Amino acid sequence: MTSIGTGYDLSASTYSPDGRIFQVEYANKAVENSGTAIGLRVKDGIVLAVEKLIHSKLLVPDSNRRIQTIDRSVGMASSGLLADGRQIANRARDESYSYRDVYKESPPLKELVQRMGLYVQAYTLYSSVRPFGCSTILGAIDKSGPVLYIIEPSGVAYGYHGAAVGKGRQLAKTELEKLKLSELTTREAVFEAARIIHLVHDDAKEKEFELEMSWIGAETNGLHLPVPKDLLEEADKKARDALEDYDE
Amino acid sequence: MQTVDMQQLKSGEVNLGTSIMAVQFKDGVVVGADSRTTTGSYIANRVTDKLTHVHDRIYCCRSGSAADTQAIADMVHYHLQIHAQQSGGRPTVLTAANVFQKLCYENKDALSAGIIVAGWDKETGPSVYNIPLGGGLFRQPWAIGGSGSTYVYGYCDATYQDGWGRDETINFVKNTLALAMSRDGSSGGVIRMCVITEDGVERLFVPGNELPKFWEGEEVLSKSSNRTREFTDDMAIEV
Repeated sequence: MTSIGTGYDLSASTYSPDGRIFQVEYANKAVENSGTAIGLRVKDGIVLAVEKLIHSKLLVPDSNRRIQTIDRSVGMASSGLLADGRQIANRARDESYSYRDVYKESPPLKELVQRMGLYVQAYTLYSSVRPFGCSTILGAIDKSGPVLYIIEPSGVAYGYHGAAVGKGRQLAKTELEKLKLSELTTREAVFEAARIIHLVHDDAKEKEFELEMSWIGAETNGLHLPVPKDLLEEADKKARDALEDYDE
Repeated sequence: MQTVDMQQLKSGEVNLGTSIMAVQFKDGVVVGADSRTTTGSYIANRVTDKLTHVHDRIYCCRSGSAADTQAIADMVHYHLQIHAQQSGGRPTVLTAANVFQKLCYENKDALSAGIIVAGWDKETGPSVYNIPLGGGLFRQPWAIGGSGSTYVYGYCDATYQDGWGRDETINFVKNTLALAMSRDGSSGGVIRMCVITEDGVERLFVPGNELPKFWEGEEVLSKSSNRTREFTDDMAIEV
């Protein structure tokens, strides 16, 4: 990093001479060091999955969830600084409510993502704040069907068929590309998502992780809900077994 | 609980003591209104347009205070333009009605506005929503409003039928409004109507001297005086 020491990376309100904002790039580094989060947009729904790294054996299982519900049929998975993710989730809930308040209907995810993009981008403009250290995957079923977006620390947001952020995103993306996402059912996607999270987890570097998954589909009546415990355990076990066969 | 009093306009405030109406049919809706605007007993405008555009395929019929309802319609028009820009498509009639309802309910103490919202959208096709004085929201196959409407509820109940086409619906609206205008002192003038379908909005106009006519009474006195004369003549012959 030749930029270090030049002084152009001390504030988000200053460009470097070649037109970069280093604080935003450092925010991306915070995401790259975090557990992987993926999202699958399939035929009839959305599946979100997160590799939640366990930094202490004393932690209560299921605590510090990285997947949150924004609205009845909108789910969010974040990667990066957990507290920043919670701030974004709260803002997303407020935006969702404000849209409902005016139009009395649930917001299209595209609209929600645009508003969140504006919010996140505002944190790249001032010297008094730091950009969000998290990338957010938002998934929903709205009027147009299943939809999936990523909002980056810079404030840009893109729509995806398969989304991956965090430490293992490169490998996760190549795995997602192999899938025929538009032909998969939501239930099938739960197993694929579990498999990918297990695959990208690096046993050598990180010891423990917890698989966290949620889905939106016909089986949940269009609501964003955690994947039921028995199905989660089944998918978790199947992914583990597949990986052991793969290793042998 | 306090009730909202329609008659409690400020002295000099312009009132739409009105007959308005909206009816849905298979392919769209017909909205209609009289054209009288009054300040007290003075007719401030006898060719008013109470059918107000709020989006491409959504109109509202306004009754109550002219100032209040114009302001509300302007605000809804603004909201729907924003909505259309952001969503990239036309808003639904329900969305429009919801915005009207929110404004009418949240400001019910300050407003006197009875509004009927009607139009056509891709999701539900034709629809009519009534938003009476307190700011409630009701979907109805047909709705009437304004001071003139009270005289024609029975006519509408007895006449309306499901499954009408465009022309039958236009006639129903025209006749109902003519009847209301003939009995209500604060309604009158001409009839304005709009037919809103997927393809567009068609405006119709019925001049005041071409309103549908119904039984308007006989000249009772002159008739009876004729009969008296005949009677006298008969008497004369007999004598």
